[in-house]
Amino acid sequence: MSKVKSLADLRKMRDELQTKVSLREKSDHPDKLVQVKVSMATCGIASGAKEVMNHMIEEMDRQAIDAIVTQTGCMGYCYAEPTIEVTLPNSAPVVFGHVDNKKANEIIEKYIIRGELVDGIIPVNYETVKENKNE
Amino acid sequence: MKDLSMHIMDIVQNSVRAKAENVTLFIVMDEYWLTITVQDDGTGMDEVTLQKVRDPFYTSRTTRKVGMGIPLIQQNAELTGGHVEIESTLGVGTTLTAQFGRKHIDRPPMGDIASTAAMMMTGNDGVNLQFEVQCGDEQFAISTNEVKEVLGDVDIRLPKVTSFLKEMIEENLRELNIEFD
Repeated sequence: MSKVKSLADLRKMRDELQTKVSLREKSDHPDKLVQVKVSMATCGIASGAKEVMNHMIEEMDRQAIDAIVTQTGCMGYCYAEPTIEVTLPNSAPVVFGHVDNKKANEIIEKYIIRGELVDGIIPVNYETVKENKNE
Repeated sequence: MKDLSMHIMDIVQNSVRAKAENVTLFIVMDEYWLTITVQDDGTGMDEVTLQKVRDPFYTSRTTRKVGMGIPLIQQNAELTGGHVEIESTLGVGTTLTAQFGRKHIDRPPMGDIASTAAMMMTGNDGVNLQFEVQCGDEQFAISTNEVKEVLGDVDIRLPKVTSFLKEMIEENLRELNIEFD
């Protein structure tokens, strides 16, 4: 029977990760990592956000993409769940709606790796006249 | 919600939103009952709020007008002959206990608890999640703080860490013959 993984194995993995992290910090671009936030409230979970998050973690692990994946609450786009917010280093956050595993692959492949925008963006950064208090 | 892991993720997210620093998730299974307890040291609720949380049209959010998390888990628990209990003290924290009839035909399956636990541990910054499973004499426990201690200055939110934790929890539960069927 194969040995069951324990925290000791994690300690071994840490050294490998540490080398990678210090390499990155010494590079010319000490930018932060790609950040992915998955909306994980009742609405998101019921629409499959958990599976999408799991899938994204597996894919980014497999493709060795430097990213951190975290959870967040409801962003108010319940109609478009599962939604994810992707922040590339030095750019504004972009929110994608109706993200299933297929869409997640497209986002990783096109937006995260190549920086090309893909369909399904929910515009969040516009200002309306009413909200603009400079008037 | 298709399975119990989804409910668990949802309820734990409530604790995270209540600014909890420590959240404990117990899953206890005996011959007749499967009991899920989520205990946090978040903001807690006063008595008036506590009476309203089971109402699907009550929420503390401003982004939408419904709050289905607790009503949904309560419905599923009651369908299996179980119930949901919530105790809360303002400024101290909240404890939610959901009991499900283990062998009841309407009990949703547990779902992928290993990946759910791993994602909750690594995906909620600044929250220490203690995850405990008890099934008969067998026990398994792990906490975010333990993992962070081992990792040192390596970020816990890296996908590689989550994948590792998921496999580790999966293998440990299998080794202990803990199956939620």
